[in-house]
Amino acid sequence: MIKYVIKRLLIMIPTLLAVIFIVFFITNMTPGDPGSLILGQNASKEDIAKKNEELGFYDPLLVRYGKYVWDLVHGDLGNSWKSGRSVMKEVLGRLPVTATLAAGSVIIGIIFGISLGIISAVKQYSITDIILTIIAMFLASFPGFWIGMMLILLFSLALGWLPAFGVGSFKHYILPWITAGCGFIASQLRMTRTSMLECIRADYMRTARAKGQKEFKVITRHALRNALLPIITLVGMEFGSMLGGTVTIESVFSLPGVGSMIIEAIRLKDVPLILGGTISLSILFTVVMVIVDILYAFVDPRIKARYTK
Amino acid sequence: MANTVVDIKKTTKKKSQFGEIWHRFKKSKAAFAGLIIFTLILLVVIFADVIVDYDVSITQNISQRLQHPGGDHIFGTDNFGRDIFARIIHGSRASLFIGVAAVAVAVVIGGILGAIAAYYGGITDSIIMRVSDTIMCIPFMLLALTVVAALGTSMINVIIAMTISSVPRYIRIVRAAILPILGQDYVEAAHSVGSGDAHIIFRHILPNALGPIIVQTTMSIGSQIISAAGLSFLGMGIQPPTPEWGAMLNEAKVYMLTHPYMVIIPGIAIGLTALSMNLMGDGIRDAMDPKLKD
Repeated sequence: MIKYVIKRLLIMIPTLLAVIFIVFFITNMTPGDPGSLILGQNASKEDIAKKNEELGFYDPLLVRYGKYVWDLVHGDLGNSWKSGRSVMKEVLGRLPVTATLAAGSVIIGIIFGISLGIISAVKQYSITDIILTIIAMFLASFPGFWIGMMLILLFSLALGWLPAFGVGSFKHYILPWITAGCGFIASQLRMTRTSMLECIRADYMRTARAKGQKEFKVITRHALRNALLPIITLVGMEFGSMLGGTVTIESVFSLPGVGSMIIEAIRLKDVPLILGGTISLSILFTVVMVIVDILYAFVDPRIKARYTK
Repeated sequence: MANTVVDIKKTTKKKSQFGEIWHRFKKSKAAFAGLIIFTLILLVVIFADVIVDYDVSITQNISQRLQHPGGDHIFGTDNFGRDIFARIIHGSRASLFIGVAAVAVAVVIGGILGAIAAYYGGITDSIIMRVSDTIMCIPFMLLALTVVAALGTSMINVIIAMTISSVPRYIRIVRAAILPILGQDYVEAAHSVGSGDAHIIFRHILPNALGPIIVQTTMSIGSQIISAAGLSFLGMGIQPPTPEWGAMLNEAKVYMLTHPYMVIIPGIAIGLTALSMNLMGDGIRDAMDPKLKD
């Protein structure tokens, strides 16, 4: 088992290098240069060129990539072209907001999505099942950021229960969590339902019932445990897409997260910030996916068996 | 390429099979409702100019700004005094086009690469799959944003950005759909009579793998429409004054608390479009699933 974990962790290194390269390559095409952003619009062309030269802006792509990775390993993501501040500090200052948002919504999604999915599957074709399926369909079809706006209109404007913008207290996160959680509940519910339905029809379920096991135990012990595998993968993937998807939600609720930093940076053409933000979230995503892979191996005896010999 | 696939589908699949799928599709109320909504939206897209003049959707009229729904303007007007009804009607074109185009391009590219990866295997397969795995490590929205940042905001660039971010998914889907077919006797038979690789892929393998590909394609158009709206909402998609639903939400954000209708209406338009695609996708999936045959 340890062999498997180590193997997964080692594969992660080239993956991360490749991820950084792709992001580096794309953002490299962004118009704009450090000289003109640092020195401002009034600076002469020569001064700007000199500044760019000084910062290594004209070096070949691979050289800059190598330097970037080397700095990254040492905890440095470069400095913002606009403000000159350390990108790493900026990202670390904002990461808690994005991570809190993503984690909270995933927890909401898991709790409601999986439990409602089980209910839906166990009571297939009942009124409850139909209503839940319809709700999931709607949640999956309407954009998350729009649902967030509707929640603001209802809970902040009409009822005045919760704050609509900014951070500061636990209350500020409630609406963003629900907003980001909605899409997740929808996909989780559908996935759990499908996965459970497949297991409910399996032979071992009939066996379990035939030997007189209580229905609750049959569902939780026999069906759910087998249905859990695809659900876990989805949780990991959703957490990842949530890291990117929070961009729009941060924008709706004016949350100072990494996503809103990237948007701001794109407007200013501040490449180090775009790069730093995207790369740090991608690294986080990759790490989460590897953890999911490892968890998967612990839950699935078939993978475990391959490595315990 | 896309045409060949469609032609092959027409010639190789008997009508009765399509008839059967259509028959089962029709039986699902949800799928049928999706089809009706989609048809209505399609009619709006086609006859947008007949319903209301395009000029109405972009003409600014400050004296008429921020009027609540009712009266002369059934959906009200925005902060520039533009008629929201006209903007919704004409916005349907951009919103739907981006979603469908992004999926169509991604399916064709992903389909070819996925088929090549599965068919040739070995090192080709490894390279294609490693690259697409790597791209999948970057969250969809962030990748799309960086591409738009690099290329600039325009409809074509948004489609390119969304295609790049979603191609890996289609490579996986197509590859997974094709792998089990490779071992079939008819593929071996085609090999033994000396058919070329392209002939085998396009005549024997792809037509038989079409089912899952079609299902996944329909189901992802909805989420692509939402993603495109998200990009525009962030100001990184279609730029004003061109009417587009996501961009309308972006402009309306500031007025949300005082003029809620400005955000409610475009959101419903996006949601209904995505909903119709999702309902149809589910319907097609169920109709094509042999396990659910009565």
